[in-house]
Amino acid sequence: MKLAKVTSPHLHGNNDTSQVMKLVILATLPGLIALVWFFGWGVLINLLWAWVVALGCEALVVKIRKRPLGYYLNDYSALVTATLIGLALPPLAPWWLTVVGVGFAIIIAKHLYGGLGSNPFNPAAVGYVVLLISFPVEMSSWLPARGVEGAITPGFLDSLKSIFPLFGNVGVDVITQATPLDQLKQRPGLTISEIWLPGSAFGRFAGVGWEWVNIGFLIGGLFLLFRKIIYWQIPVAMLGSLLLMSLIFWGGSGSEGHGSPLFHLLSGATMLCAFFIATDPVTAAASHRGRLIYGAGIGVLIYVIRVWGNYPDAVAFSVLLMNFCAPLIDHYVQPRTYGHSKNDHDKSGDS
Amino acid sequence: MATSVESGKIEGDSEAVELLDVADTPSVDYKQISSDGLWTKNAALAQLLGLCPLLAVSGSVVNALGLGLATMLVLTSSNLVVSLIRHQANETIRLPVFVMIIAALTTCVELLMQAFAYELYQILGIFIPLIVTNCIILGRADAFASKNPPLVAALDGFMMGAGFALVLVALGMIREALGLGTLFANMDLLLPFAGNWEITVIHDYSGFLLAILPPGAFIGLGLLIALKNNIDDNRAQRKAAREDAPIAGSKRVRVTGNIS
Repeated sequence: MKLAKVTSPHLHGNNDTSQVMKLVILATLPGLIALVWFFGWGVLINLLWAWVVALGCEALVVKIRKRPLGYYLNDYSALVTATLIGLALPPLAPWWLTVVGVGFAIIIAKHLYGGLGSNPFNPAAVGYVVLLISFPVEMSSWLPARGVEGAITPGFLDSLKSIFPLFGNVGVDVITQATPLDQLKQRPGLTISEIWLPGSAFGRFAGVGWEWVNIGFLIGGLFLLFRKIIYWQIPVAMLGSLLLMSLIFWGGSGSEGHGSPLFHLLSGATMLCAFFIATDPVTAAASHRGRLIYGAGIGVLIYVIRVWGNYPDAVAFSVLLMNFCAPLIDHYVQPRTYGHSKNDHDKSGDS
Repeated sequence: MATSVESGKIEGDSEAVELLDVADTPSVDYKQISSDGLWTKNAALAQLLGLCPLLAVSGSVVNALGLGLATMLVLTSSNLVVSLIRHQANETIRLPVFVMIIAALTTCVELLMQAFAYELYQILGIFIPLIVTNCIILGRADAFASKNPPLVAALDGFMMGAGFALVLVALGMIREALGLGTLFANMDLLLPFAGNWEITVIHDYSGFLLAILPPGAFIGLGLLIALKNNIDDNRAQRKAAREDAPIAGSKRVRVTGNIS
């Protein structure tokens, strides 16, 4: 009789890395559609360009590291990183911005630390932070969403021309505007109800367009939860702590208000972070209780930096700060070993 | 970097040169001291000493060169002085004595910079007085200068300082080129005749702020250390390959007959 020499586990699901990564990319689709609708084709062009850059960088590093090229390119992890950065970039970000961000994420944040599975920091968040602190002007020039008074959503060709100005600077008439999060933060002495006017960047619950983008990512995230790709602990803890913080420090709609809880939940990259960025299994805490702490930390940090910090949104910073804490959390929050009761914990030394 | 690479190569294929010095040291290998300071035991790349000033002021070439020269000057002279009094300063009092010597020399350098490069002195700020606390200087004083004759100690200080300064300048060049798109900008702060040395590496450059900020220093230094390790590995491999080459002909040991 021929016995296969394989070690446990003997049951295999078909959730290998590439399958998981493909589903993650697929799940960004509702949010992507909302982004394209409200901000134009530039989002899609950015995304595709980010994919090209990511595959190029991945191939380059894998080649230098003398590893099998096909194996690494087929795991789709570089594409996930590129997708997250591409979705977070302003719609008409110049092509070199994507190259710097994605290149930094793949080469330095991922491969210099040992490649997929060994990176302590979320590559997408690192790439985004590098861009944000190096090129603040380019990174904050968002277009007003479709539906805001005076907004011009550029068509496909115009977007292409302004992202890749191959033949000199082709003038494309667009107006850039601060994002709703920024506008709510920078309102000298005004009350929230004074800036929340019809035709302004503010819509029903949050920014015009942004609320639908966030709902889109929420739908994608629920799909990932349903397919058991991600654990529920991180998004629930993150959104819960953000909700709690924004309830406690709400301050109404006067001049001291910091925005309603719903505004914070549906603004900026909240949902993208909760389901797609913070849930990265490599850089998050490893146990269930640890994930709760990790997620809650991100939520609190997002609110603190948004309201009292210098940046309008804080998703990437919060994720990186909690990436720092993940090993510490794992050290103090160790799950009970199977077969041991809770009381064994104190008596048994280090056996 | 170029010079340090070359000096490293010299070390690889040269025999130890023995030179007789003063009576208390039978042999001093000047080449060994030089290659240790510049490459093998480079303060910044191998010993990782003095990282605080290295990371903090390497934002541009002129800052890096200014601090590098100041450190080199203090290191050379402190090694010389420490070596001169090495028989008088015994075990119990040696550390306070060394620190006072270094502090006095640092004050001299500080006053010199105030006199001749005042703007650079203001830019470098606290990092000039902080040369006192640079671990390379006390380290070399204790580990080398207090056990060796004056000239040898001074050479060691000079070479260690030069190795440190070269890394500082290399890091400064990387960060300035990446961060601002220029090289040797404002060199007249240090050298009055170097006002027109500025090279624009990239025209219409919008600046890459990260390279100027602290993370840029860490990443740049990490890459430089990786480069050094890579070069060393390659050299060791080539050396091993040369030595392992099988000797042609018979491998039997001849035990009988007349061996000429």
